[in-house]
Amino acid sequence: MKISDLFVGVKEISVTGPKIIHQFKFCGITINFTETIVIGWIIIAALAIFLKFLTHNMQKVPTKRRQIIAEWIVKTVNDLVEDTMGSKFKYFAPYISTIFAFSIFGSLISMLGLRPMTGDYNVTLTWALMTFILIQGTKIKTNGIGGYFKSFLDPFFVMLPMNVVSEVSTPVSMSFRHFGNIAGGMIISSLLYFALTGVSTAIGLSFPVFAIGIPAALSAYFDLFSGFMQAFIFIMLTMIYISTAADTD
Amino acid sequence: MELAKAIILGASAIGAGLAMIAGIGPGIGEGYAVGKACESIGRQPESSGKVTKTMFIGCAVAESTGIYGFVVALILLFINPFIDML
Repeated sequence: MKISDLFVGVKEISVTGPKIIHQFKFCGITINFTETIVIGWIIIAALAIFLKFLTHNMQKVPTKRRQIIAEWIVKTVNDLVEDTMGSKFKYFAPYISTIFAFSIFGSLISMLGLRPMTGDYNVTLTWALMTFILIQGTKIKTNGIGGYFKSFLDPFFVMLPMNVVSEVSTPVSMSFRHFGNIAGGMIISSLLYFALTGVSTAIGLSFPVFAIGIPAALSAYFDLFSGFMQAFIFIMLTMIYISTAADTD
Repeated sequence: MELAKAIILGASAIGAGLAMIAGIGPGIGEGYAVGKACESIGRQPESSGKVTKTMFIGCAVAESTGIYGFVVALILLFINPFIDML
């Protein structure tokens, strides 16, 4: 008896990137219109409609429940940003809350059976690059353009490659961390599902009994906890990096 | 040619497995960090919010080496760069 005989009836295991819906050429570059873009726009539209509903027709003294919810959200984010970055960086609150909401819903959409948006490296890399630009911009703003380039030669010029690597590694590690957690959860869930179905088939059951319940517990960890945690870590790291970039020393 | 392909695929699978040994380091490191955080919360329960926040940030940073190993494993498994070199 071959090992593969045990897995009769199990579908071929497939872990793929986001599906390409449409492909078109623009100035010689092939641009892929993927599943991720569609899911991203669904999230944007849903969030926009929800927030519009929360904030339409606001009053000075809130009487409606939805306005109180909206004010609570704004206050929470403002307090978090003020606690972490200090009050002079309060204007970062909209950026932070946007990234947080987009990230958390992008991960949680896997609960609806869609592909998590943050399981696409393009998405997390884009966010990490935005943060990278903000960090470098803040550094230039605090030290001036001369001081910015001089800081790469700190403490002496031999350290130049190290400083460049440490700057570049920030967005790389931030984006890979978020992507790796979500994509890893996706792959481990599908592997476990495959294995449990295989076990059920191996003991001669046509119905995958073992695949009930156990993947749900794993999904609660990987989809709910990990999705929330990674979104929180992403915004915390963004805030910490930006506020340390503004330190003059 | 078939043999070369088979060797590359097998070696890539082994390499992906070996790359995931990188998971040991973050596991030990994060466990140690969480243990220390529990200790300090036990000593000063009023500072639990700050300790938890710092601990999660530290864990996230410590995790990145494991994630790098994982990314290498993913590349070897799904978009094997060595097959095209044949």
